[in-house]
Amino acid sequence: MRADRPGARGFFITRRSFCQSALNGSLLAILAAAFYPILRYLKPPPGVEAAQSSVVAAKIGDLKPNSAKIFRFGNRPGLLVHTLEGELKAYSAVCTHLNCTVQYDDASRSIWCACHNGRFDLKGQVISGPPPRPLENYEVNVRGEDVVVTKTG
Amino acid sequence: MGSPMGARERLKSFFQARYNLGGLGELVTHKTVPVHGHSLWYYLGGTTLVLVAVQILSGLLLLLYYRPSVGEAHESVRLIMTKVEFGWLVRSVHAWAANMAILSAFIHMASAFFLKAYRPPRELTWVTGCLLFFLLMGFGFTGYLLPWNTLSFFATKVGTEIASSVPVIGKVLSTFLRGGADVGDATLSRFFWFHIAALPVCLFFLLGAHLMMVQLQGMSRPLSVRSERAMPFIPNFLLRDLAAWSVMLGIVLALSAYYPATVGEKADPFAPTPAGIEPEWYFLWMFQTLKFFPGHILGLEGELVAIVAMGLAGLVLILVPWLDRPAARGQAHWLAWLAGFLTVFYMIGMTVYAKWFIARH
Repeated sequence: MRADRPGARGFFITRRSFCQSALNGSLLAILAAAFYPILRYLKPPPGVEAAQSSVVAAKIGDLKPNSAKIFRFGNRPGLLVHTLEGELKAYSAVCTHLNCTVQYDDASRSIWCACHNGRFDLKGQVISGPPPRPLENYEVNVRGEDVVVTKTG
Repeated sequence: MGSPMGARERLKSFFQARYNLGGLGELVTHKTVPVHGHSLWYYLGGTTLVLVAVQILSGLLLLLYYRPSVGEAHESVRLIMTKVEFGWLVRSVHAWAANMAILSAFIHMASAFFLKAYRPPRELTWVTGCLLFFLLMGFGFTGYLLPWNTLSFFATKVGTEIASSVPVIGKVLSTFLRGGADVGDATLSRFFWFHIAALPVCLFFLLGAHLMMVQLQGMSRPLSVRSERAMPFIPNFLLRDLAAWSVMLGIVLALSAYYPATVGEKADPFAPTPAGIEPEWYFLWMFQTLKFFPGHILGLEGELVAIVAMGLAGLVLILVPWLDRPAARGQAHWLAWLAGFLTVFYMIGMTVYAKWFIARH
């Protein structure tokens, strides 16, 4: 629109540029229509395995005092520790630093991560090394022969 | 438009200074497309090409969630159809575009035959085209098994059993296809490998050769056309091509939306074959031919005779440019036309009959 042109009124557009924008516009629309579902498709669907809230981690008598085992909790590992005092304790076995799987170190009676030498006490608190947060604690109950581990909260 | 043009020019001169793009530009722009009453058929090659492109893209997307093992294949396809957002669309497009690609390639091939596009100097374009058509059928056959449902499981059992009646190498061939004596986990891994690795590599080279030849020689002008009228491929024909492609994509999307691909029942190798097992429609005419063959012909096994006959038919198809000698001299012989007509008539007739026959029993 040129207001300074004599006799010019309203909005001017040539036939060529109109066709060109119509074509470009429909091309953009096609691309948008193609990419929208593709982008949505790339997003992983919500976990198929429903988050488990409790699991039978072991049988009574499976573990000697001052030993531990890794058990499956949904699709993540958990750590069940039988302390020297005879207490059963369970934690998430996923190190809070970079997702390695921790193990029980019977010599120092602590939980150790081999990746970057992180160390946790039997309350799950960080003693040394890079882990930023304590290990998640689980509730342990004995039902008959079964040691049942339950996620709290 | 001042600065974007400047940027484009600068980019062009950057590449021109390093690579001689003149020859490449010549190759791309020199092609012209003849204009005459049969020009419509020139679009079928392009629509087949765009459908193959759709297959590659949608196939790549499906690989994100598909798992090629007996324990997980069917479940992962179910996941794609029910849980993944737009998964039903991606898979339905893959299934429908596959069917449309075969159909489009078939019409492309038939038109090339009847317009005698195979005559010199385009013999090798025809040969690569035939091989590409067989390749598409291979994609269809191997892709059919991947959802691991009852229908595809038994169709594959039958299909690979037919391969075992090929003379001399039959047993080796069927074992190679199945990855063992029976259709099972190994077959699924293998068919997956054929479908996404081996066949795509063949496709890459064959399609590259096919397109390169078309680009170098231009489109064939039918014998009956005397006029020299033509339009430049770029941009005149390409823009018309784009219109044909959007129509084709529209058809595929509409079919996918209204008739989404089904998942079927998970295959159970220890259940009896249910009634109404049939291959994909483009194999039906062969399937029906096999059914018509008697058990024994002149002391030979009927299946053996049928499979040798089909192998010969494929060979004859490839050799058409050398068999149709009059066409090479610029003459249209009635025999070539009749042979083509009878072949197409037989294939369509058998397909229709098989559909009707199976539906009735």
